[in-house]
Amino acid sequence: MLGLNNKDTKLLIAVAVLTLLAPFILNPFPADSAMAQFNAGYPDLMQRFVIFGIFAIGFNILFGLTGYLSFGHAAFLGIGSYAAVWIFKLFTYNVVPAIALAVIMAGLFSVIIGYVSLRRSGIYFSILTLAFAQMSFALAYSVLSNPKFNLTNGETGLQVYADDIQMFHREGLPDLPHLFGLSMRSTYNLDIGAWSFSFNAGYYLCAIVLMLVFYLSIRIFRSPFGLMLRAIKSNQTRMSYTGLNPRPHTLAAFVISGMYAGLAGGLMAAMDPLAGAERMQWTASGEVVLMTILGGTGTLIGPVLGAGFIKYFENIFSKINDSILHEWFAFLPDGLENFMVFIVHPFVGKGWHLTLGILFMLVVIFLPGGLVEGGQRIAKWIKNRGKAEDSGATTEPAE
Amino acid sequence: MGILEVKDVGKRFGGLQALGDVNLSVKENSVHAIIGPNGAGKSTLLNCLVGKLIPDTGSVMFDGQSVLGRSPHEINQMGISRVFQTPEIFGDLSVMENMMIPCFAKRDGSFRMRAIENTMREKDVVEKAEAMLVDMNMADKRHMNAASMSRGDKRRLEIGMCLAQEPRLLLLDEPTAGMARADTNNTIDLLKQISDERDITIAIIEHDMHVVFSLAERITVLAQGTPLVEDNPENIKGHPKVREAYLGETAA
Repeated sequence: MLGLNNKDTKLLIAVAVLTLLAPFILNPFPADSAMAQFNAGYPDLMQRFVIFGIFAIGFNILFGLTGYLSFGHAAFLGIGSYAAVWIFKLFTYNVVPAIALAVIMAGLFSVIIGYVSLRRSGIYFSILTLAFAQMSFALAYSVLSNPKFNLTNGETGLQVYADDIQMFHREGLPDLPHLFGLSMRSTYNLDIGAWSFSFNAGYYLCAIVLMLVFYLSIRIFRSPFGLMLRAIKSNQTRMSYTGLNPRPHTLAAFVISGMYAGLAGGLMAAMDPLAGAERMQWTASGEVVLMTILGGTGTLIGPVLGAGFIKYFENIFSKINDSILHEWFAFLPDGLENFMVFIVHPFVGKGWHLTLGILFMLVVIFLPGGLVEGGQRIAKWIKNRGKAEDSGATTEPAE
Repeated sequence: MGILEVKDVGKRFGGLQALGDVNLSVKENSVHAIIGPNGAGKSTLLNCLVGKLIPDTGSVMFDGQSVLGRSPHEINQMGISRVFQTPEIFGDLSVMENMMIPCFAKRDGSFRMRAIENTMREKDVVEKAEAMLVDMNMADKRHMNAASMSRGDKRRLEIGMCLAQEPRLLLLDEPTAGMARADTNNTIDLLKQISDERDITIAIIEHDMHVVFSLAERITVLAQGTPLVEDNPENIKGHPKVREAYLGETAA
């Protein structure tokens, strides 16, 4: 289907089903139960899952296929956000031109940054991209926010004010980002029994974009271009001596992944019309590296899983505080309860990074292929277990 | 005029004159061997031919065009393919994918953006790669990971990948180094077959005299960066200067 083989079609359908039904899947607990804090099915968080999924899919096209580890991709995300907010400020709250300009601007910047950075490979490439990203951050944070020429609004972040031009804004259109009149904030709440599910317009826009760009990434992975990128990762010497020029290949991959990042940045601004410099900081670039490695570098679905995993931890684990812990361990005798809270406390709330760090280490050490490898091992184990029982019954020799 | 004309090529690394005034002419459709003791400058010369090194002086002409100042992929696209001392293949990819890459390079040139097309539906490339694998006796290994093959198979694959580009000149850098006798003989047979069946010029750098004398039509002996003699194998075998370079003065 759609020019994909069976396995890829199944994967695409699985992703489509998961994203479209996410409001149900992520809200498995009744709204007023004690477990409700593990529900992740609220619009804000679901949007973040999908947007960072897009960011990581794009990053994986560069890092997963060519092996070039960029530490500066958050710069393109930030550029995308600024571009989108400027469209909101100057022209219209419609998200289509905003997202389009976000992708184009990120693409232009990634041509420049990629052209310079890709003159080196390995650690030097990483350092160059890091330097560029930090320069972009400094530009956005202070240099480009002076009173004479205020492009980024510095620390406060770029946002839309009542006295902005908004050339094409008319009465009757929502005063928020919208898609031809459909506000990104409009949400339909469905209550079934004790459960509550929210269907948010912004989330579904992001979800459709995710499906499109995920499909595009499958096509790239299976294309001759994708094969060349994997060849670059495998052996650049043989690549050159086979008459192929590695540089335009890597630059194209860099620009494509930069545009994915710009798209993610544009969507972020479309969900919440605000762009801040902190989006471009190197920690944000590091986060997408973690997402990709955690999920499974070079796999199709891995980056999406990694992004969802990290964003879930960031938003859910960080909300667990001591009083919630006391509730959990209330069934224990007092002394033991306090002791358990004392033990668990560093790993939740503000300490969620600690949990994430430990998980990350475990995955890298025991599952170098990330969560995808974990899934594959479990699938294999289940399959082999079935087989072992069969062969035990019929005493056939093993394969 | 040979297909490859090397004129007065010199290369210096700091205080070491690695190559001094090398002249070499390789005739089209012949097998030409370059031999010499360690440090004679064989590999330096080869690197000057493929664009890895730029000689300080002299000229290198391939089919009437200068190769100097061109990058390796450009020289390759002119029709020079190189086989390395340790097989350089795409270890992370399958054997079939390894074979398809040179087919794409031959068809599409050094860079062409084909990011949406499905690789396995590029009929002409798939068929050519499959035929090449059959030629190389590797059709049964097509799904194998290239890195997991034996050294002899890797060498075979690398030679096959070079041939898939239909080069006019095939350069081999000690293709049998570190191989067992049986593998060496297989490689000799393969190269003989290639040179008989195809319109191809082969230039080979080799240590193993058995390989050289069973393949080469012309032999150039290199010593201390300069060519000593160039002749046919029979004359080289008994040449006093060659014996001197290889065995030392007393033996001569």
